[in-house]
Amino acid sequence: MPEKIGVYICSGCGIGEALDVAGLAKLARGEFKAAAVEIHPCLCGADGVALIRRDLAAEPPRADKLVIAACSPRAKTDAFAFDRRTVVERVNLREHVAWSQPPGEDDTQRMAEDYLRMGIVKAQKSAAPEPAAEAVSRKILVVGGGIAGISAALEAAGAGYDVLLVEKEPQLGGFLATVKRRFPGEPPYTELASDGLKGKIEQVLYHPRIRVWTSAKIVKTSGQPGQFDVTLETPSGAAGDRVGAIILATGWKPYDATRLAHLGYGLSRDVVTNVELERMAAAGPIRRPSDGKPVGEALFVQCAGSRDPDHLPYCSSVCCLATLKQAHYIREGNPEAKVFIVYKDLRTPGQYERFYRAAQDDPLTFLTKGEVSAVVRRADGKLGVTVTGTPLGADLVVNVDLVVLAAGMVPNSADGPAIRELKDNQLKVLQSDSAAQRAEAARRVEELKRHEGTEILNLDYRQGPDLPVLEHGFPDSHFICFPYETRRTGIYAAGAVRAPMDGARAEQDALGAAMKAIQAVEMAARGEAVHPRAGDLTYPSFFLQRCTQCKRCTEECSFGALNEDAKGTPQFNVFRCRRCGICLGACPERIINFPNYSVDMIASMIKAIEVPDEFEEKPRILVFLCENDAYPALDIAGWNRRRYSPFVRVIPLRCLGSLNIVWIADALSRGIDGVLLVGCKFGDNYQCHFVTGSELANRRLSNVKETLERLRLEPERLRLEQLAIDEYDRLPELIDRFAARVGELGPNPYKGF
Amino acid sequence: MTADGKPILVIGGGIAGMTAAIEAAEAGCRVILVEKEASLGGRVARMNLYFPKLCPPSCGLEINFRRIRNNPRIEVLTLARVEHLAGGPGDYDVTVRIAPRYVTSACTLCGDCARACPAERSDEFNFGLSKTKAAYLPHAMAFPALYVIDRAACPDGCAACREACRYQAVDLEQREEVRRYRVAAVVAATGWAPYDAARIDNLGYGRFPNVITNVIMERLAAPNGPTGGKILRPSDGKPPASVVFVQCAGSRDENHLPYCSAVCCAASLKQAAYVRSLYPESKVVIFYIDIRTPGRLEDFYRRVAADGGIELIKGKAAKIDQDPATGDLLVTAEDVLHGRITTVRAGLVVLATGIVPNSAGLPPGFVRDEFGFAMNSSGAAGLYAAGCVHRPEEVSASVQEATGAALKAFQCVARSTGHA
Repeated sequence: MPEKIGVYICSGCGIGEALDVAGLAKLARGEFKAAAVEIHPCLCGADGVALIRRDLAAEPPRADKLVIAACSPRAKTDAFAFDRRTVVERVNLREHVAWSQPPGEDDTQRMAEDYLRMGIVKAQKSAAPEPAAEAVSRKILVVGGGIAGISAALEAAGAGYDVLLVEKEPQLGGFLATVKRRFPGEPPYTELASDGLKGKIEQVLYHPRIRVWTSAKIVKTSGQPGQFDVTLETPSGAAGDRVGAIILATGWKPYDATRLAHLGYGLSRDVVTNVELERMAAAGPIRRPSDGKPVGEALFVQCAGSRDPDHLPYCSSVCCLATLKQAHYIREGNPEAKVFIVYKDLRTPGQYERFYRAAQDDPLTFLTKGEVSAVVRRADGKLGVTVTGTPLGADLVVNVDLVVLAAGMVPNSADGPAIRELKDNQLKVLQSDSAAQRAEAARRVEELKRHEGTEILNLDYRQGPDLPVLEHGFPDSHFICFPYETRRTGIYAAGAVRAPMDGARAEQDALGAAMKAIQAVEMAARGEAVHPRAGDLTYPSFFLQRCTQCKRCTEECSFGALNEDAKGTPQFNVFRCRRCGICLGACPERIINFPNYSVDMIASMIKAIEVPDEFEEKPRILVFLCENDAYPALDIAGWNRRRYSPFVRVIPLRCLGSLNIVWIADALSRGIDGVLLVGCKFGDNYQCHFVTGSELANRRLSNVKETLERLRLEPERLRLEQLAIDEYDRLPELIDRFAARVGELGPNPYKGF
Repeated sequence: MTADGKPILVIGGGIAGMTAAIEAAEAGCRVILVEKEASLGGRVARMNLYFPKLCPPSCGLEINFRRIRNNPRIEVLTLARVEHLAGGPGDYDVTVRIAPRYVTSACTLCGDCARACPAERSDEFNFGLSKTKAAYLPHAMAFPALYVIDRAACPDGCAACREACRYQAVDLEQREEVRRYRVAAVVAATGWAPYDAARIDNLGYGRFPNVITNVIMERLAAPNGPTGGKILRPSDGKPPASVVFVQCAGSRDENHLPYCSAVCCAASLKQAAYVRSLYPESKVVIFYIDIRTPGRLEDFYRRVAADGGIELIKGKAAKIDQDPATGDLLVTAEDVLHGRITTVRAGLVVLATGIVPNSAGLPPGFVRDEFGFAMNSSGAAGLYAAGCVHRPEEVSASVQEATGAALKAFQCVARSTGHA
């Protein structure tokens, strides 16, 4: 059955005053033979919506694809929500034309006409999504049996989900099982808590929904959310299971104290780390390790390794509290004992301040800002500690029985992409024909060899066997608003592996990670994408007969959605996919397309733009906007009635990273005079929701510019601007500045060819 | 698994409440999200940039608004308050009182009402530093995208907005509405308020116009704020040549807030960066007790502190005086590391006021500690608090907690439907 396009034009909100809507209707009927064309003074109102619904419901339907030429697709979404089988294309005549252009002008009308043409063409090229419907496992794999893993397992099971808990040690409990007492968690926030861990471990062991493997490790994880196949190596042999989502709760390890010789570690058995002291405290009264004598004076060195660019540049967040707790142990064990604490800043956020206050009130606990510059062994068996930079001015020398180094936390993580690179280079060392390449690969192997054997999940992913890490080895989210975001869909980090945190925080963190894991399997079960395109039912298809195995898509996907077969052909995993279209932009063969977002669709929209011949001296400028940030910014510029060049034609992209350079060639060969790309900021503090999208677009653009020069076209005809969503006042300026520059360059010489 | 169960109730539409609602709804729960203001976003919508990335909150808000728009399982109630809550886990009976907006969902955002409106009102989005018409949109990115009419600001008998509206979206006769819901669980994310700086006598807030709070500073720095993003002195509208930040203005103080508010150090470092990037010739001094930037925030601290125009002095500000001739301020503090008393002249002083939980918005059943923070461990199963009403914390930690609270609520739904 041939499709019937219904075009519904709103004349409200100033559209009717700014534009000749009857002319637009005529265009839809004439140029496009639209099956139904209606004009309504308030399309989003009950009458207007009823008009559309009537056409959809007519027998036979008057329209089966809708083009709604009214306000921004961000507005009135409730009113224009139809059955998801119906293709709905919104043409933004209000914010992007009527509110940003002078009313009644010929150029304003032409802009609206072009947008209508582009919208109709887009609807023609769109198909309703066919959601991925595949059987999913709702089981959750939790890796790590410390406090975070135990909590995640219990909470997911408590929500009705089966859990597979894998711990590499023979018993559950992790670090917290070794502590004497925990930080205060209840009012008055001054009393140390008993552990509370044993009860939780028992609950896990006897929970009907939780299967525990101890002394086990993961040898392989393949598949995708809803369908991860996990192979374990366990004391009773190999085991396998299918799970839907994964929580990485592998915890932390103390910073290597042998690197803290400058603080006295290794000098004497009486210099210990905070972790060692905790074990001593849990085992019995704290005594001097060298001779078992009571501790009369102890000195704690804060930030032993942490907040130190030569060691751990970050703050380990818990050491101040750990020290206050351990000072309490010592003071409790020996009421005569003196405790000295040397710190950079004492960090006890929130109610932990109360505990700090209690320590300050203790007459024999001495806290000072300062730096430990030397630790020496004295003839009397004590340790002499020199402290500089104290408020007292002069250096302080304290003789103590015990020096405790508040060593920091190092995540038990594995850097997937680094491991992948290491393996690639190891292969090159063996196989490359070029000596120079072999040497370069050997150099990289040397740099990366610390990653050897660190694998945890052993993901069967083209982009490496584990989560990518962010900074300092933590597989944390880069996004402040979305702290559980990772670059591997369905795999979430929780606890101290994600960021330095104490046990209470890790317990809390595990809850959220369990929520995300449950959500990932439920969304996969519904065929929906997860954040940020949550609920999107569309996904790309790959026309592999024409694939040249260039591997750009598999390399550029920020989320590792694509594997490769032996030849390098991409293997798509729909539930890993975030539907951003970066692969679509990467593909030189144009074989990656969504049912409602394709290379051909955008190319057709570009072709739908009427480009005046050069004698009119009216340029045409194509603007690709990131639909997440730049597009809303242009909407707000419209709401603020900001004017900008009438010669621009905007096409929103799912992400700027989905820009396929063929569109630029299409535009320039059509005689369009300039192409402006506006996307999110990139670099260290990138704001791209799809991580690398805007940066990839920039890289692709640089490559096109070289081609342009060969064609004797000015590279300035192409420009990429980085813009944050709140820079809506700057966007019209950017557009106008670019339009002015294009004006100076004069018409595209290919115009009219 | 939970779509067939009762909905959950989320109180508070700031970043924590919004997150709890969205995360639970995407997992399959139905959600009622109750917000007392006319639009969602709470305190984060009023911030200029987030630390440490210095990125705008509206970026994540836009994504979250889109997630709400696309999710039929979330019902958003604005201008609404929870009035009554009874029952237990799996089945709470809740009454919500919804104040009239006087604008219906027919509003198209055309703005004709505001253009026609003759009256003005104090703009609470800018903490009263600017005015809006009595018919107004809370801010450009407000969600729900509907105007509001402040009837208290309307002249008697005026109906200019109704006459101007071509879509019959203005309903000046709209009445308050009371709705009842049965919900399986409640997440309270009622947020926080800045500590009342006027109660700290020695710091001059309320007496000296150029002493402001960190919350006001966010509005002054925001492009959509009352000064268009220019940080200007309230006394004379001039850019300050020097800015002093006073840390722990109320926090870590037995006479005010005995706890640490956890975010003010990073917030002041961020605001110091605003000042320095806007006015490269300016000087910034930060008086602090301890700089508390845990985890990766340490990188941010190091980066900001490396700016030669920013001086960090360990010491608590003892008093602030005003030079009446210039409106400048003289901040006297102990410089602990040099063992001396120092006085610094400042064009503008920013008090890093702490976080006070909005515990008044907590329904009965939530247990509070002596400072008003909700305690999840002792509260009833089925009632969970998240975000700054639970403990003072930064945005990402609030979101993290809210995601966890969504799971606790999800469990209640799953249990009540026999799925768990």
